[in-house]
Amino acid sequence: MLSEKYPEEIQNLLKKYPSDQKRAAVMALLYLAQRETGYLTKPLMQEVADIIDISITDVASIVGFYSLYHEKTGGKYRIQVCTDLPCALRGAEEFLEKLCENLGIRVGETTPDGLVTVERVMCLAGCDKAPLFQVQTKDSIEYHENQSVEKAMDLINKWRR
Amino acid sequence: MNSYLLLRHREIPDIDKLEVYCQNGGFLGFKKAVTTMQPEQVTEVVKASGLRGRGGAGFPTGMKWAFMDNRSWPHYVTANADESEPGTFKDREIMEYNPFQFLEGVAIASYAVSAHTAYIYLRGEFWQIARQLDWRISEMKDAGYLGEKIFGSGYSLEIYTHLGAGAYICGEETALLESIEGKLGQPRLRPPFPPAYGLFGKPTVVNNVETLTNLPLIIERGADWFRSYGTEKSPGVKIFSLSGCVNRPGNYELPLGTTFRSLIFEHGGGIPNNRQIKAIMAAGASSALIVADEKALDTPMDYESVPNLGAQLGSASVIVIDDSVGIDWLINKTVQFFCHESCGKCTPCREGTFWMAHLTERIHSGKASWEDVKLLYDVASQMKTKCLCALGEFSIEAVMSGIDRFKGDFEKRVGANERI
Ligand SMILES: Cc1cc2nc3c(=O)[nH]c(=O)nc-3n(C[C@H](O)[C@H](O)[C@H](O)COP(=O)(O)O)c2cc1C
Ligand code: SF4
Ligand code: FES
Repeated sequence: MLSEKYPEEIQNLLKKYPSDQKRAAVMALLYLAQRETGYLTKPLMQEVADIIDISITDVASIVGFYSLYHEKTGGKYRIQVCTDLPCALRGAEEFLEKLCENLGIRVGETTPDGLVTVERVMCLAGCDKAPLFQVQTKDSIEYHENQSVEKAMDLINKWRR
Repeated sequence: MNSYLLLRHREIPDIDKLEVYCQNGGFLGFKKAVTTMQPEQVTEVVKASGLRGRGGAGFPTGMKWAFMDNRSWPHYVTANADESEPGTFKDREIMEYNPFQFLEGVAIASYAVSAHTAYIYLRGEFWQIARQLDWRISEMKDAGYLGEKIFGSGYSLEIYTHLGAGAYICGEETALLESIEGKLGQPRLRPPFPPAYGLFGKPTVVNNVETLTNLPLIIERGADWFRSYGTEKSPGVKIFSLSGCVNRPGNYELPLGTTFRSLIFEHGGGIPNNRQIKAIMAAGASSALIVADEKALDTPMDYESVPNLGAQLGSASVIVIDDSVGIDWLINKTVQFFCHESCGKCTPCREGTFWMAHLTERIHSGKASWEDVKLLYDVASQMKTKCLCALGEFSIEAVMSGIDRFKGDFEKRVGANERI
């Protein structure tokens, strides 16, 4: 149970908002819930709903609306490559294509060992440092900028070890 | 005198440390406000400075604050740190490297509208920045710049971060408020505007990170000093995020009114690979396409001059397009973005962006005829003024200006099919 596992953290999150506006904590609570397995199951959504007294339907619609919440399992590391216009002008598409080729998967797929999922995302506010990607894990998001396929593969091989 | 006003970390090492920030004039502006000025006086100075919002609309900041409804309490301040417009990466640099100047700006804005709680809404991708800010907020609290009885006065303030989770639309101010409230990030019908009915139904100021970061120096040094930078109607400096086909992409802090030529060729080092500049987008993916002729290059980048080119300055995210780029490809990119980010609340935008994405894809892949280009233009025209929020309008800017101003690119694409 989240409320038993992180009682203090949950209290601190709720304290940020007026006491009659508990619902405002939903996004932070979903991040907390996602820490368990990297994606949000129905029971986890129910727990979040119970903490702030809203329905699971409401929680589920929020999960569906925002792209950083996941409802399905993915790789331990989600590599999210930006291919939006400014990055595409600086070779992001070619980078993504070669990265996938190296990993033997297509965009959106996960490597057979369950380590890496490669996704295509919109602008990450790092357009001057293209190609770039962020790595989302169950409890963090990290930027990797000025990338090359070699650099990215080095990083992935480090995770493999 | 240092030459940077906002990106001061480029000259002052370690200004992200509280001690160093304080040694360099940190919190003098906030202290001056709280200990020697009434809230309304702070608003007056900001009005007199002519500071205009840096989030895109260029709305006068002091005037926005003066709209706050004093019959309804409490008041809130929210900093817009959603920064998701393709081509924009300035707020991030401020928050990462000069965070205290931004936080001091949040505090000054809060004092000016008598808010005791402020929220910083960060896009979810800025997870690490949010953690750093949390830590810095607690340092400020320990040092007595936040919390109860600040500078021995009766004023108290708490600042909290609130992390989004990946949705461009949450940068729109009313969608942002909905998102903080724990709802879907969809824009509200306006009026009422946030200064009358904002967060939790209370009067709220929403300001961009860069806007807020201007405040400490304006209060400390005065409106006249601020007006010595920039132009009469667009005073101050602006951080231009330069990206795309240019040798030195990056953030450039320059006076408003600097020309496109100066930014792209002097500061940005010109176009790589011996290519020619073809087009400019001044406001990220939300821009109309500017034909990069001599007149355009000599146009000052300020809120008044860019409209003469049939475009807007917006967030001043300047994307440079060279002559190897087909505009049919480009608008397919921008439309895909808006189709993905449309919140779905109103039909013209939800359906319109979907159809435009379909059509631009067809056109770019060379499977379309001129009829499809006409249909695309038609769909875009029909969306005009019918959307609930500006995202819908943004989505047609590049499409319509692209077809109007770069017709040849489209003729080339469909030419082969016309002959069949
Ligand atoms: C679709 C859309 C996205 C926006 N994204 C941002 C954003 O990321 N950051 C921002 O400061 N303003 C953004 N804005 C503008 C805000 O609605 C608002 O005008 C701004 O935050 C006000 O602050 P300012 O007056 O200091 O510029 C966006 C507007 C729209 C319509
Ligand atoms: S214009 Fe688009 S983004 Fe704005 S409210 Fe309508 S559907 Fe949502
Ligand atoms: S377009 Fe890729 S980070 Fe902005």
